[in-house]
Amino acid sequence: MKPSVRTRMYRQAMPWLLAALLLACWQLVSTHSGISHAIFPSPGEVLLAFKRYSSPLTEHALHTVITSLIGFFLALVGGVLIGLAIGASPFVYSGVYPLLVAFNAIPKVALLPLFVLWCGIGATPAVLTAFSLAFFPIVVNVATGLATIEPEMEDVMRALGARRDEILLKVGIPRSLPYLFAALKVSITLAFVGSVISETVASNEGIGVLMMAASSRFEVSLVFAGIIVIAVLAVAFYGICGLVESRMAHWAFRARGGQ
Amino acid sequence: MNLQLVSVQQPAEPERQADARPFIDLKNVSLAYDGDAGALTLDRVSLGIGLGEFIAVVGPSGCGKSTLTKLVTGLLPATSGEVMVDDKLVRRPIKGVGMAFQNATLMPWRTTLRNVLLPLEIVQPFKRERRRKRVEHRARAQAMLDAVGLGAFGAKFPWQLSGGMQQRANLCRALVHEPKLLMLDEPFAALDAFTREELWVVMQTLWLQHRFSAVLVTHDLREAVFLADRVVVMSQKPARIIHERKIDLARPRTVEGSFDPQFIDIVHELRGKIIEARS
Repeated sequence: MKPSVRTRMYRQAMPWLLAALLLACWQLVSTHSGISHAIFPSPGEVLLAFKRYSSPLTEHALHTVITSLIGFFLALVGGVLIGLAIGASPFVYSGVYPLLVAFNAIPKVALLPLFVLWCGIGATPAVLTAFSLAFFPIVVNVATGLATIEPEMEDVMRALGARRDEILLKVGIPRSLPYLFAALKVSITLAFVGSVISETVASNEGIGVLMMAASSRFEVSLVFAGIIVIAVLAVAFYGICGLVESRMAHWAFRARGGQ
Repeated sequence: MNLQLVSVQQPAEPERQADARPFIDLKNVSLAYDGDAGALTLDRVSLGIGLGEFIAVVGPSGCGKSTLTKLVTGLLPATSGEVMVDDKLVRRPIKGVGMAFQNATLMPWRTTLRNVLLPLEIVQPFKRERRRKRVEHRARAQAMLDAVGLGAFGAKFPWQLSGGMQQRANLCRALVHEPKLLMLDEPFAALDAFTREELWVVMQTLWLQHRFSAVLVTHDLREAVFLADRVVVMSQKPARIIHERKIDLARPRTVEGSFDPQFIDIVHELRGKIIEARS
């Protein structure tokens, strides 16, 4: 086996090894520390909870995935449009950017009561919260991608007689793609955070609801199961974004992949 | 130094008759950048460039040579004076000019061939015909790459090419739409000495084939003398034209020829002028 192939295998095995290690530590602590299993269950008990509640877990997880994804796609569309506007025009930039920063600084939990007042309990506030968290990184990154176009590149285009929209289409958008994908990886996880927060407060469906219900019934192992489901979902969607990124903007990874 | 003086310096060569009225004509052009509180970067520059003439602009660094290229192409508006191209007053960026900078500015997301195709997607009439003549356009770009020795690299991405190869591709992109005007802003400055000399030859070959007007901004006096019909020396900021030198060495010039006494003498003469300008 070539050494480079071996290092790559090790590298791919690392996250699994680390997860196994954490699991082992968890098992050790839960059996030897004397903490009551009622508040700190062992991995085995959590696995049992997975088995017992597999169908409600799947159902609620699916709901969370759907609300997160809707919020995420809204953030994607809105974020790209506003990011393009901000990045392309210094005028829009100076007007909109401070407001965006202010909006981003508001803890979204504080907005939740408003969302509930306006839209009622259910999926809509979850979508809105997911959107409001996922939106900002996309705007900032798309705008950065546009704002950092080399002036020489623009000169070449302008000297050829390219219109502003042509420069945006042929230089601005391809150039900001790697920035966009970097933002998507952050945003998709934030979308999950947003949905679950909203569900814990104001919903009848979703992993957040399930966890709140479980903890009020002292089924801590089910709460743990919920946490694991959210984590796994976030990692999975992060991975999907990463895959799309390496397809769409492979040229930005030349330094790592070699020539 | 203006129109009249140029024609005095270029006496009745029969094949130059067409150049009597310059293709590009700068009349008393001054430029002050906004932030500079009225301090001039260019001070009353007058310069005529004939159709198919190759001009090199040399001078102390930071003297506004690059500014001159932006003025000619209309990327920057003159503060006073007139810039005429093809007898028309330049008010906005003129279309279809080829440009090449020190930094090759190829698009990393396009293959080399598609980078060369870029002007054909923007400049008329190519843009209009680009669906109908797709094959033809590709063949045209490929022919450009062949001409500079990059024929086998069209499918590679620019970042897979060496600096010299990127600069060759950059020249292809600047010329693929057969512009009447090519602006070169120190395009070879970042290359090693041998690659640079190779590219002088490539540049000269392309120019002899297509006979566009060219303005080359450079620090390298050998480069200026090798490529240009006429070398313009500029002063420290605020830049004025302090000297013009016609280079009547026979073409095609060779790298070996650039070590001939005749060639070296011209380089020395220009060097003296620049040292004067710096002091």
